[in-house]
Amino acid sequence: MNGTDVRTAEQATAASPSPTTVAFADLASRRRTESLAGLVLLGAAALAAIPALAIVGLLIVRGAPALSLEFLFGMPLHGMTAGGIFPAIVGTLWLVGVSLAFAVPVGVLAGIYLSEYAGEGRVARIVDLAIVNLAAVPSIVHALFGLGAFVLFMRLGTSILAGGLTLGVMTLPVIITSTKAALQSVPHSFRLASWNLGVSRWQTIRHIVLPNALPGILTGIILQVSRAAGETAPILFTGAAFYLPILPDDVRMQSMALSMHVYALVTQIPDVPLEMKYGSALVLVGTVVLLNSFATVLRYYLRRNRKW
Amino acid sequence: MVNGTVIPLEVRDLNAWYGTRQVLKNVSLAVRPNEILGVIGPAGGGKTTMLTCLNRTLELAGGRSEGIVRIEGESVDKVDPNELRRRVAMVLPLPVGLPMSIYDNVAFAPRMVGVTNRRELDEIVERCLTQAALWDEVKDRLDQLGTRLSGGQQQRLTLARALSTEPEVLCLDEFSIAIDPVTTMRIEAVLVELKKQISIVLVTNLLQQARRIADRTAFMLLGSVIEEAPTEELFEFPKDKRTHDYVNGKFG
Repeated sequence: MNGTDVRTAEQATAASPSPTTVAFADLASRRRTESLAGLVLLGAAALAAIPALAIVGLLIVRGAPALSLEFLFGMPLHGMTAGGIFPAIVGTLWLVGVSLAFAVPVGVLAGIYLSEYAGEGRVARIVDLAIVNLAAVPSIVHALFGLGAFVLFMRLGTSILAGGLTLGVMTLPVIITSTKAALQSVPHSFRLASWNLGVSRWQTIRHIVLPNALPGILTGIILQVSRAAGETAPILFTGAAFYLPILPDDVRMQSMALSMHVYALVTQIPDVPLEMKYGSALVLVGTVVLLNSFATVLRYYLRRNRKW
Repeated sequence: MVNGTVIPLEVRDLNAWYGTRQVLKNVSLAVRPNEILGVIGPAGGGKTTMLTCLNRTLELAGGRSEGIVRIEGESVDKVDPNELRRRVAMVLPLPVGLPMSIYDNVAFAPRMVGVTNRRELDEIVERCLTQAALWDEVKDRLDQLGTRLSGGQQQRLTLARALSTEPEVLCLDEFSIAIDPVTTMRIEAVLVELKKQISIVLVTNLLQQARRIADRTAFMLLGSVIEEAPTEELFEFPKDKRTHDYVNGKFG
């Protein structure tokens, strides 16, 4: 150590408390900040959970008395002021089925293309941008698109087919994005090892990449199922009937749907018993929660079987 | 042709680029039958790029090459790339167990070209794992995941998989950087045994490894082959000053 260094150190000591004291004071204030941050974050999390719990709680308390086998599996009676909601449940299943039949193959194949074939070029970036934007389109705009494209232009009329396709278009971007993300979570080194064995690009996708991306792809699809089941706007003008107390047996028919039924009971018909409104909403939310839980369990189970 | 035999793999005036950056400059090399050709040189010298030209995986990485690469006298541009990759096997620096059983790892490539007979597959798996000195350690648990083996075992699994296509040339790119010295020595012994049947290109950053097992060694620097000679000659009496400095640890 030379003279200059010693003098600088002395000056520093004279000007401020000893470094040890500073460190302790610092530590105490850091602890305070730390616990404050913890509290704020906890508060935000609680604030987010409270509405969700309140909604479910209210639905159960007010709606559970309405639940019965007759309610779930019966036909609506007296202009929907009595009876069951079976046609709406079946109609929702039809609509979701049609939307999946369209969105899953198209979405998964598009996701495979974007992840495995498109590369980083300008075309891929434009397609990516289009998909992100499509995901941000409000559902009522999807409804108008469905009305124009499927009901009128393709002459499908107001039908399960038109409504399901509209829901399919709405869910497509998320299915594409989650498929792409699931495929890209499979390490590149697996592909490289496979290519180096003279295994073709498609065989590598089919036998290495896809099987290991399946959990992620399935989870994305199931989450979109619950979204399709819950949305009202896209089927408003395209496939859902206000009151149609028969079970559909053809995609060219209209049908009732749970989300639409709740909307109708609450806003359009006087004299509906309160518990029927809450009961219908409870069935809808219950279906969505059930599907989401199924997705969570499936993801947990498949993650446990991860192969690397 | 050397002494009337076909040269397994020959590179002449090879240039390669990533975008506008030239990574190989007029590289010429030949791998003779039943020899280990060592390739040494500091990082960034084009060793790995040279290997990717041999089985045309350069194009998968977005690179471009010009020049001649011949496998048994035939230009690799005229061979189907997937067939070429079965004939020129590649072992990469980091061990990769594919996310499937040990058995399936080795049977994967044969299955993809249509081998379905169980007995035939059993034979391939046993032969390749034995050649890679892994059979005794895994023969009782072939159904376990290849990804759960230790690093050294996974690198031998990678080697067994590379041998499953019955290649004519085996290329190894710094195979020992992620594995323990004991496994390294075992694989070196395997390579010396294997060269009785096939030709081997061994890219390595361990000078002593090249010295131990390579019959001839090439020194690459900044995309060019500076010098190529029988291994002892290259290490003891290098003609080029840069080779001399590198093999004596003065840079790199």
